[in-house]
Amino acid sequence: MKKIAIEVNGKKVSKEIQDHTTLSGLLRDILNLTGTHIGCDTSQCGACVVHVDGKSIKSCTALAADLDGSKVTTIEGLASNGKLHPMQEAFKKMHGLQCGFCTPGMVMSAVDLLKNKKNPSDQEIRDWLEGNICRCTGYHNIVAAVKEAASKM
Amino acid sequence: MASLVGSRVERKEDKRFLTGKGRYTSDINIANQTYAIFIRSPHARAKIKKIDTSKALKSSGVVDILTGEHIAQDKIGGLIAGWAIRSEDGSEMKCPANPPLAKDSVNFVGDPVAVVFAETLDEAKAAADLVKVDYKVLKAVSNLGEAMNSEAIHDGIDKNLCYDWLLGDRQKVKEAFEKADKIIKLDINNNRLIPNAMEPRACVIDYNTASEEITCYTTSQNPHLSRLIMSAFGGVAPENKLRVVAPDVGGGFGSKINLYNEEIVCSWASKKIERPIKWVAERTESFLTDTHGRDHITHAELAVTNDGKFLGFKNETIANLGAYARVFGTVTPTYLFGPCATGVYIMPAAYSNVKAVYTNTAPVDAYRGAGRPEATYTIERIVDKAAMELGMDPIEIRMKNFPTEFPFKQTLVHQIDSGDYVAGLNKAKEMADYDGFAARKKESESKGKLRGIGVTSYFEACGIAPSPVVMMLGCGVGLWESAEVRFNPTGQVTVYTGSHSHGQSHQTTFAQIAADELGVPIENIDVVHGDTDKGTFGMGTYGSRSLTVGGIAIVNACKKIVNKGKRIAAKMLEASPDEVDFKNGEFVVAKSNKKKTIGEVAFASYLPGVRDEVKSPLPEGDEPGLIESSFFDPANFSFPAGSHICEVEIDPETGHVKLDKYTAVDDFGTIVNPLIVEGQVHGGLAQGIGQALYENAQYDDSGQLITASYMDYTMPRADDLPDFNLGFTCTKATTNPLGVKGCGEAGTIAATPTVMNAVINALGGKEISLPATAEKVWKACKEMKKSNAKAA
Repeated sequence: MKKIAIEVNGKKVSKEIQDHTTLSGLLRDILNLTGTHIGCDTSQCGACVVHVDGKSIKSCTALAADLDGSKVTTIEGLASNGKLHPMQEAFKKMHGLQCGFCTPGMVMSAVDLLKNKKNPSDQEIRDWLEGNICRCTGYHNIVAAVKEAASKM
Repeated sequence: MASLVGSRVERKEDKRFLTGKGRYTSDINIANQTYAIFIRSPHARAKIKKIDTSKALKSSGVVDILTGEHIAQDKIGGLIAGWAIRSEDGSEMKCPANPPLAKDSVNFVGDPVAVVFAETLDEAKAAADLVKVDYKVLKAVSNLGEAMNSEAIHDGIDKNLCYDWLLGDRQKVKEAFEKADKIIKLDINNNRLIPNAMEPRACVIDYNTASEEITCYTTSQNPHLSRLIMSAFGGVAPENKLRVVAPDVGGGFGSKINLYNEEIVCSWASKKIERPIKWVAERTESFLTDTHGRDHITHAELAVTNDGKFLGFKNETIANLGAYARVFGTVTPTYLFGPCATGVYIMPAAYSNVKAVYTNTAPVDAYRGAGRPEATYTIERIVDKAAMELGMDPIEIRMKNFPTEFPFKQTLVHQIDSGDYVAGLNKAKEMADYDGFAARKKESESKGKLRGIGVTSYFEACGIAPSPVVMMLGCGVGLWESAEVRFNPTGQVTVYTGSHSHGQSHQTTFAQIAADELGVPIENIDVVHGDTDKGTFGMGTYGSRSLTVGGIAIVNACKKIVNKGKRIAAKMLEASPDEVDFKNGEFVVAKSNKKKTIGEVAFASYLPGVRDEVKSPLPEGDEPGLIESSFFDPANFSFPAGSHICEVEIDPETGHVKLDKYTAVDDFGTIVNPLIVEGQVHGGLAQGIGQALYENAQYDDSGQLITASYMDYTMPRADDLPDFNLGFTCTKATTNPLGVKGCGEAGTIAATPTVMNAVINALGGKEISLPATAEKVWKACKEMKKSNAKAA
């Protein structure tokens, strides 16, 4: 067991966790932040992507014990003061989601892309999102949503 | 008020999904829950000699361990085939028993034999490792082509043959073939796919010891049907003591139609251990145990005249059922496949013969399109081959054989009510700049690349109906759909539907329909589904039936509301109901300005009286309240159709196929929400392209699934796919009041042959099996080079 203190969506959290608890496990099972999803067991699908200290990572592969002192943002923390983030707005406007299961990871990943690159090309968007699998949309509207968000941010 | 049908309304569902507030089954936790881990056969075929749980039962945190013996003792029934199919000789199909936990034998890798319940997931996993199962391993039947000549895997099922089914007239086909100038022959596979909904299957069970009610939260496309099967066939509990809730469902594509072992076992066990149970599949469990799709071997022959007229068609198919026959397992390769075998063409004679066989692999069932993609793939591949052998253009040969008058009686079964196949293909041709292909090909060649173009014209049969016909054909249930529309006293509306979204946007599309019918703002309409305690019994979502069947039930229920509203309004306005018109949410007396809004009428219906006077707004014979329901059983299937064209560019040095352009022109009849419909097409295309280029479920000779993770099974990713170019034509369905035809499966049906026709076109007509992986294409390019060198 290890005690860690982290900040999740702007709130300080202090928890005693097992050594093998993943960040996704901490978020979902201990903090009840179930917006972060688990779609595979091999770090392939990207449904679990969150931000740690501003960078997108796959939370299913990060050990919570390693993250003492870090700042975590999940899909639940993206909107501020009840206003959707431009990326969330864009996904809604462009119908960039259907069943919604991959969506939290997809949105968090896309937000990080725009931090790195303000106006990415279609190919750059597709390359960046290669680690997030969506089975519903065929990615067409996801690419359109990221471009839409880029134009608004 | 402007009509919402036809508008790009943003989805009501999205806010919760975009803010992490969706509620999927695995998000649900119940106080005091135990965690289930299933112990699964590591062998494809074996006898169970002994299961020793003694050590595991003493492991930390274990609550109980149950096996096939326990489930047999409690007489819990197994999983079922939903359709009874008869062979050509009149004999009934043969189905093995499929107990929820195997007791005597296992028949595929992943077949569950026991289950551990423990206080924590870690403890359940640790204990599962201590359960010892002694197997006598038998030789597995994993190769579809050899299954009929292999040892029978189920007692009493000779040749592993479930049925040998025929649709059509062999004699007429024989005569047609005798008149042919040319017979085109094709031997092809339809590769096995794994649906891979991103949300793995899960269930959370809560048993109430006082009320004796079991609540089963589960990842289902059809919770009402799951409850019926679990109760009537599983014997887990009477229907009134069983509540099945499918909350937000993260994709299904057919794989969540079936009721599965885990739901039966956990529901039964929760009552036994008197504790809530949570089970969530790991991805590899999903790969191993979700129902798979496709998996056919087909020999087809097309009889043609020298000028490209089709005379007759034969389709001889062996279909893999996997180890057991499940809900749509037996109908997918028969009534969903056979009638569509002749495609969109006038075909004077045809037959489809299907031998469905058992193998030691995961059960095969409906996967997006279910039977229609397999049928379309075969006909569209052989039509292209015919064009090539006759030296005709692929578009010319298709145009030559299209029906131009509707209704069109298709060769094998269907009476197609409406369509315009010529318009669709012409539009696709124009949008794809078909005529500019030669120049683009030249340009690719100048860069050392090969370029190919592929065309597909398809139709599909959606919204399987009517019930008396499907039941006559062997379906175990009716395929109607239900709806209930409730006005609250203060004017908002709740629409209950028996269909269930797993991504299709019912809460938006259905609200649009109800808003138009009732004249109520869409913000004031909520759509409720997925809970057997809420709303009427329904048949669920699959086969592009939600709108064409479920949506019409909503329309009809709304019409009943308006009719009752008219009677009430008439009395309130002291007019006769015949004088009252309903428009834009208002009941208006003709030739006067007297009117009542539907909200006022709803209010009056619930508060039928006034102070100081005995006076009711309700006409005699009408009851208080404004709630109506409808069960809609369509008179026929609906028939979307379209034409797709794509271009690929192949690098002969690597075999990489670049999908350069993809144009889809579809006719879905009336489109309620173009934003959503386009999304359905995009997603369908991705899955069809996945089948053509990437996806392939492979078992080795011993029956091990060697593609059981995302590192081995290639899912299409963002950088594998292009932007899609979509167009629409519209001929309205004549069999329902909205004129809708369904759109969920079209992309998947059309994309696979379109891409393969393009790849084969690029390879100069060289046949290649599905999927056209870089390795296969590279080899084909090398052979081409060799034979070209020889020719030179």
